[in-house]
Amino acid sequence: MADDPLAPPAALAGDVTVPPAVAGAEPVQSVCTPIRLSYTYTPGRALSRYLQAMAGKRILGERCGVTGQVFVPPRGVSPLAGTTTAGVVELADTGYVDSFNITRVPIERRPDLKPPYCSAWIVLDGASVGFMGLVINIPPEEVRIGMRVRAVWKPDDELETSAANIGGWEPTGEPDEVIDDYERLGRVGGQQP
Amino acid sequence: MASEVLQAPLVLEYPFTRSTGPVIGAFLTGLREGVICGIRRADGTVLCPPLEYDPLTAEPLTELVEVGQSGEVLTWAWNGEPRPMQPFDRPFAWALIRLDGADTSMLHAVFADSPSDMSTGMRVRAVWRSEREGHIADIAGFDPDPDPAGLS
Repeated sequence: MADDPLAPPAALAGDVTVPPAVAGAEPVQSVCTPIRLSYTYTPGRALSRYLQAMAGKRILGERCGVTGQVFVPPRGVSPLAGTTTAGVVELADTGYVDSFNITRVPIERRPDLKPPYCSAWIVLDGASVGFMGLVINIPPEEVRIGMRVRAVWKPDDELETSAANIGGWEPTGEPDEVIDDYERLGRVGGQQP
Repeated sequence: MASEVLQAPLVLEYPFTRSTGPVIGAFLTGLREGVICGIRRADGTVLCPPLEYDPLTAEPLTELVEVGQSGEVLTWAWNGEPRPMQPFDRPFAWALIRLDGADTSMLHAVFADSPSDMSTGMRVRAVWRSEREGHIADIAGFDPDPDPAGLS
């Protein structure tokens, strides 16, 4: 019905005529169009310090001189105060799961990520913000918000200047954080300027 | 404290698979079969590559027709430093090519040895890949046509 506003347009309904050379062929219905951007990434001074510390199995954050918040990974500036950070802070490699996601669909070219796996927003002890990590050595179904975790570092002879030195985060077995005060937990001096 | 400046390669890649619909699908099916299709407008002119809708009237277009495998370079630009996944691994020309029987032009590569071998109005001929899958790259590119009159 030409007047039916919900009817698909002819061009999408398959109501097209094709030349003989195409008519008998199995129709193409999809096409792969990969997009690829290849960069040389220069992390800058703050992230370079962070990555170099990673080679020694240390995690560096930076403290905001205005609010006292501690940011990791450090960017050299405080995103809330808009100032350069006041100093470098070494953080523990323990923290808790702030939120998480279980992935059940494989990602092409990431055969190292075997579904189901759990990626989580992890707040380190002493940090004011979380960062991304994999939760490992526990069935994904048993991961929960507030669960205490510690970094699982790669073997010493595989360490690089890379955040990939942390292969994942495993449960410590400590009692869960009770997240009844979201602004306080793990968020040092969380006052906004 | 000065610290060493770090650098690392960073590749961002999305392996999109797109649905073609019947019009673009027919164009790609044609490429796989070794023919090039355009689509006819109400006034009889032919758009190649085909569009699903008339760019002037917005009417749906449905009549795919075969066009020629040779055509004319309308405009071109020399690509002196090809990047990965471009049609050729040594310098070539990008060109807008109006194929015989079509009224619009298609962007593709012309395998010329140097910019001095390129000119607007020159004749070119499609070069097909031997293994085709229904993709614009089934046409490897276009060669300058040594026999523009088609006498051979």
